[in-house]
Amino acid sequence: MSGPRSLLGIADLPADAIGRILSTAEGFGSVMDRDIKKVPTLRGRTVVNLFLEPSTRTSTSFELAAKRLSADVVGIKGAGTSMDKGETLKDTILTLEAYDPDVFVIRHPQVGACALAGRYTDAAVVNAGDGTGEHPTQALLDLYTVQREIGPVAGLHVAFVGDVLHSRVARSGIQGFRRMGARVSVIAPPTLVPRHLGTGLGAEVSADIRDISDADIVYVLRMQLERMGNGGFVPSLEEYARMYQVNHARLRPGQRVMHAGPVNRGVEISGALVDDPGSLIEAQAANGLVVRMAVLYDVLAEAAADGSAVREAA
Amino acid sequence: MSTATGGNPRVRLPQRPGDPANVVLRGARLLDPAAGIDAVGDLVVRDGVIGGDAAGLEDVEAAGLTVIPGFVDVHVHLRTPGKEHAEDIASGTASAAAGGVVTVLAMPNTQPPTDNPSILGSLLQRAAQEAVVPTGFIPAITVGQQGDALTEHGDLAEAGAAALSDDGVPVGSALVMRRALQYQRATGLLFTLHEEDMTLSGDGVMHEGVVSARIGLSGIPGVSEAVQVARDCALAGYEDGRIHICHVSARETVEEIRRAKERGVHVTAEVTPHHLLLTEDVIDGDPDPARFKMNPPLRSEDDREALIEGLLDGTIDCIATDHAPHPADEKENPFAAAPFGVIGLETAFAACHTELVLGGRMSLGDLVLRMSTVPARIFGLPVPTLAEGAPANLAVVDTGAVDRVGDRPYASKSTNAAFAGVDLTGRVVMTLAGGQDVYRWSA
Repeated sequence: MSGPRSLLGIADLPADAIGRILSTAEGFGSVMDRDIKKVPTLRGRTVVNLFLEPSTRTSTSFELAAKRLSADVVGIKGAGTSMDKGETLKDTILTLEAYDPDVFVIRHPQVGACALAGRYTDAAVVNAGDGTGEHPTQALLDLYTVQREIGPVAGLHVAFVGDVLHSRVARSGIQGFRRMGARVSVIAPPTLVPRHLGTGLGAEVSADIRDISDADIVYVLRMQLERMGNGGFVPSLEEYARMYQVNHARLRPGQRVMHAGPVNRGVEISGALVDDPGSLIEAQAANGLVVRMAVLYDVLAEAAADGSAVREAA
Repeated sequence: MSTATGGNPRVRLPQRPGDPANVVLRGARLLDPAAGIDAVGDLVVRDGVIGGDAAGLEDVEAAGLTVIPGFVDVHVHLRTPGKEHAEDIASGTASAAAGGVVTVLAMPNTQPPTDNPSILGSLLQRAAQEAVVPTGFIPAITVGQQGDALTEHGDLAEAGAAALSDDGVPVGSALVMRRALQYQRATGLLFTLHEEDMTLSGDGVMHEGVVSARIGLSGIPGVSEAVQVARDCALAGYEDGRIHICHVSARETVEEIRRAKERGVHVTAEVTPHHLLLTEDVIDGDPDPARFKMNPPLRSEDDREALIEGLLDGTIDCIATDHAPHPADEKENPFAAAPFGVIGLETAFAACHTELVLGGRMSLGDLVLRMSTVPARIFGLPVPTLAEGAPANLAVVDTGAVDRVGDRPYASKSTNAAFAGVDLTGRVVMTLAGGQDVYRWSA
């Protein structure tokens, strides 16, 4: 089986498709300024949100996005599902497939879970985060945020700072910004950068926080303590903060700061910077809704002659 | 029991009872480099033995085909006891026969592990009833493959073990490995070692390289293998022991083994067909990537080239499949959750013939040495040969026939083939093993 159009990752999303989704999001942005924030676009369509890993922002914004588009939404969260009873992802998908959904929005702790799900359903699959793999809708909303708040992405320099190794936000973000013409660098303790990241994703890699000075946007990554097992990646969070924390003292005027949340205040970013109205963090959170509306619209729109928004599901 | 001669007489290679083969192969190319044979002619097999009077035997027209010594695969998983839904002795050895393999050695990571003489004894009995080709067993080095206490190496040798291995996992403790090597002087049993430093492998599920960086799966670095090999070569050198390195996958490992051989360490090594043909790149974007998940993982093109160079210059001695059957249900999981391993017995010759012989890297004769003669010698097994008077352990191959892997059902119970869908050139059309007629290809 294969879904109509799926969004599994930024890796296989061409620049023109990204552009189309972002302009669709612009359109929905104006809807959000109205009194009645609901459009009939996806009336009669069914969206299944299958969230098998904790999530606040992404699950909420996907649910609201589907509702604003008048779709029927079913939300299934990790605890209390039959997967707790040992059911495989394959069987969960096959079971839900019986309700004939149009879209599965899936968050899963393992890389490639969304691609696997796509093998067992005719519905479109949207990756809402697969382990340390990709988080394509985050990258899209980040691009949308930069376009709105700063301007064209091409030519900007984006520096990702922190735990790249465990970060699907970075993996999708690096590819998304690069595809739209930005220069991307990574600044992190060498223990938290995948070997071959430079070759694999085309980012410049540095271990020196002073190298953020050249960036237009400093994208701060959360220290993913829950994925670090027994740790040992950095000697201590205190030393990490001393060496790599992004704060006012390390920024020059005009640099803009992003963070996908949730933040560890005082670790990867200072609390004062989180609260600084000049940062883009709040805008990112706010833009999640329209971008996810645009993604749902895009995967359900009839395949357009101008190419696929998103690649054919595998 | 096998009627084969030669090799270490203590190693037991039982085979199910069967009628001896009686056949004349007419007009084939007969190729056995170790015996100095390369000629076109007829090969007579009478009462399971090569040579004798052709009168009254079945005639098989074999013009255009090549008769070679059958292959010896020193690294397979037959999954008995405990995982018979994936493979058993009968199906695994039928898979061997379909691949021209005339002797297999089975690894001990069964459930429970093959780690004592009574389990070994029951497997040998079972093989004497079910094994399509002569089958030997490699019990565990440590109890339960836990890496702590040595199994009864002396009793296992006495009971007919072919070698010892903790395959699936390394012997973690250098001290335990050293004691095993010291004790080897009393038993003579070869250690065939799965090499990996688990602290470096961590939760890795694929090669640490460009692809893992791109897709976010955690990586197993090549040096995880190489540092363990360096350790064990140092210990083997110090204790004057003999070790064989399983499924070499990384350039760094090839270099360690090359250096160890240069300084006189008694180390030999094998490489699998999948590591010789495939790289990490096949994982990215494949709709069913778990079919490429095995340990050690498929590595980079640079590693693959180092493996071929190592095979050509003798650093790597032989080819073994690491045939590792898993049911489809277990492979249909996200990559990290799927089990490690791919099947390989039925495609090993075709894969290596396509890549190495047709690719111009080695002659067919050299491939036969690396898949038959050399592994048999390393493990002290009877060496398959076309020489007169030898028991028939041979394969008849069609070096021009092209097959798409998976188009025909596998003889194995499992279908987790890394080469599925690939066109390979080189078909096994007949296998005689232990003097019995065990496989014939039919359309």
